[in-house]
Amino acid sequence: MTTIHLEETPHLTYVLRLADSALVLSHRLSEWCGHAPMLEEDLALANIALDLLGQARLLYEHAAALEGRGRSEDDLAYLRDAPQFKNLLICELPRGDFAFTVVRQTLVSAFFHPYWQLARGSTDRTLAAIAEKAEKEVAYHLRHAGAWLVRLGDGTEESRRRTLEALDTLWPYTGELFEVDAVGEAMIEAGIAPDPASIRPVFEDTLDRLLADAELARPSAAWMQTGGLRGVHTEHLGHMLAVMQHLPRAYPGARW
Amino acid sequence: MAEQPMPLWEVFIRSRTGLAHRHVGSVHAADAEMALQAARDTYTRRGEGLSIWVVPSAAITASDPAEKGPLFEPTASKIYRHPSFYEIPEEVGHM
Amino acid sequence: MYSQALNERIEGPRVVEDPAKLAAFQARIDAEERIEPNDWMPEAYRRTLVRQIGQHAHSEVVGMLPEGNWITRAPSLRRKAALLAKVQDEGGHGLYLYAAAETLGVSREELYEQLLAGKAKYSSIFNYPTLTWADIGCIGWLVDGAAIMNQIPLCRTSYGPYARAMIRICKEESFHQRQGYEIMLTLCRGTAEQKAMAQDALNRWWWPSLMMFGPPDSESQHTEQSMRWKIKRFTNDELRQKFVDATVPQGLYLGLTFPDPELRFDETTGHWRFGPIDWSEFKRVLAGQGPCNRERLAARRKAHEEGAWVREAALAHAAKKRARERAQRIAAE
Repeated sequence: MTTIHLEETPHLTYVLRLADSALVLSHRLSEWCGHAPMLEEDLALANIALDLLGQARLLYEHAAALEGRGRSEDDLAYLRDAPQFKNLLICELPRGDFAFTVVRQTLVSAFFHPYWQLARGSTDRTLAAIAEKAEKEVAYHLRHAGAWLVRLGDGTEESRRRTLEALDTLWPYTGELFEVDAVGEAMIEAGIAPDPASIRPVFEDTLDRLLADAELARPSAAWMQTGGLRGVHTEHLGHMLAVMQHLPRAYPGARW
Repeated sequence: MAEQPMPLWEVFIRSRTGLAHRHVGSVHAADAEMALQAARDTYTRRGEGLSIWVVPSAAITASDPAEKGPLFEPTASKIYRHPSFYEIPEEVGHM
Repeated sequence: MYSQALNERIEGPRVVEDPAKLAAFQARIDAEERIEPNDWMPEAYRRTLVRQIGQHAHSEVVGMLPEGNWITRAPSLRRKAALLAKVQDEGGHGLYLYAAAETLGVSREELYEQLLAGKAKYSSIFNYPTLTWADIGCIGWLVDGAAIMNQIPLCRTSYGPYARAMIRICKEESFHQRQGYEIMLTLCRGTAEQKAMAQDALNRWWWPSLMMFGPPDSESQHTEQSMRWKIKRFTNDELRQKFVDATVPQGLYLGLTFPDPELRFDETTGHWRFGPIDWSEFKRVLAGQGPCNRERLAARRKAHEEGAWVREAALAHAAKKRARERAQRIAAE
């Protein structure tokens, strides 16, 4: 089937952003399955990937319902091209080494844990129900990734160097977590979305605590990356989608 | 060069049914928090548990199978510890 | 799954065992008692188990690779979740099995070293490539189907920790074969191209699946000892026949044909008779000359080597933390 284009309202765009971020990050984590540093970690990363995939599916279902044109979760995941994806850039960066994965998961979870806690009070009742489930899942992701962050920061010279490098690379992508555009404003106004500004102190506090344990300092990047929310991505997303969407694209209309 | 071994931990899980913690297997981990998380990620993927204990395998002291006789056989003759040892007339009812 | 290991000669110095102990051991086995880690056991029993459980564990973790090859390309979110959960399960099963082997006094690191050095074997089936999505269906349906045939009797194997690991594994694997068959069914009910994809996969996976049960009984002289010790409870040929009898009707229901012109139902015995297996292919693949042997081992080595600094860091942090806590305690005293 050819690429679909949704008629996006701010509400739909907002839910798609959450769904796309969850799916894309889940995909990156799933690339570890069978290749992790030890078996226990193969299992742990797959669990996180499965949690995020579950969140993505609920969010796509919600988005499809908001659009109201009878599309499925798979239509939304497999038949939109990169410019229509609205995920955070931090989620699409290639999996990198284990330090990169740990730092990314810590940063994203440190934001999404308080995010989902607040979203439980959303006036969008479906979103509030998803938040109820996601909040517990992400609390564990944060605990798991955070413990590894401390281990790697404090571990050996090599693990510390790799962690610092990852932190340095990823930090400029954290600005997007707090970006509020017209869509975001409308959602905050309607009580559908929490205001990221209210999340920032919790996010920073969590990070500072973990970084102190890891004896690392919070980077002070003067500039931040942006674009994902508008569909302007890194070069990596196109490749990821080419792989992910290959079958439904190659056999239009087939059921799997 | 042989790699430094990652310590082994024994995992015990208390299930939903309210029974005591039961040994379910083991995991490798460098520290207790890592062992606890590995146990959670390995042994509770299908909603098996409500509580986890992890214990360094090296901390377990086990009885010697060769001493099975002196340790466990003497109790076999103490049948008066079992309710079926006592005779109660049927008319008395369940006791 | 992976009873191929059962048929190998076990090397190592010959140990002369005390005949009285041997007789008592055999009596326990005959009485269906479970042998536990600290119990006395003949050295050959221990070696056979270490070898077999190790190979079983290796098969699980190498087995993550051919299916893992399709996690990023699963054609729907539902399939993606099921496949990721399934491959994760294989990792879990490897973990349980390594732990069972460790109760026999060999560490996971040692076993893993043997695998990476190419000294330990794993099931030959995982040296075949997964070329299309239908291969994921076939692996679930045939490979896991064959595995279940092998693993269910292993739940009653004489060594306690192995039997307990197998019980857990069998329980968890119950969804794996259904997952695969459902993929095949969807393809066979789909477009002509999809059905052709399913047929092609069956053509490639059928014979390697039959080889999973190991060489014919006539060529596997070690079966007898393993049967006496109740490590193994059915012969290779018995299990293979059970698998064929269960699987052929499932394939016919899909509307597929089997790549065996001699396959026919024998009314008198009630069994499906199949043509000769190409054992030279089996031996070649087991000896390292399969399509993916090198890639599979290279992938395992790469993951292990790239993970070395992570494991080292975890151990270093744990040691530092213990030292800091000790110093604090001393300072407080």
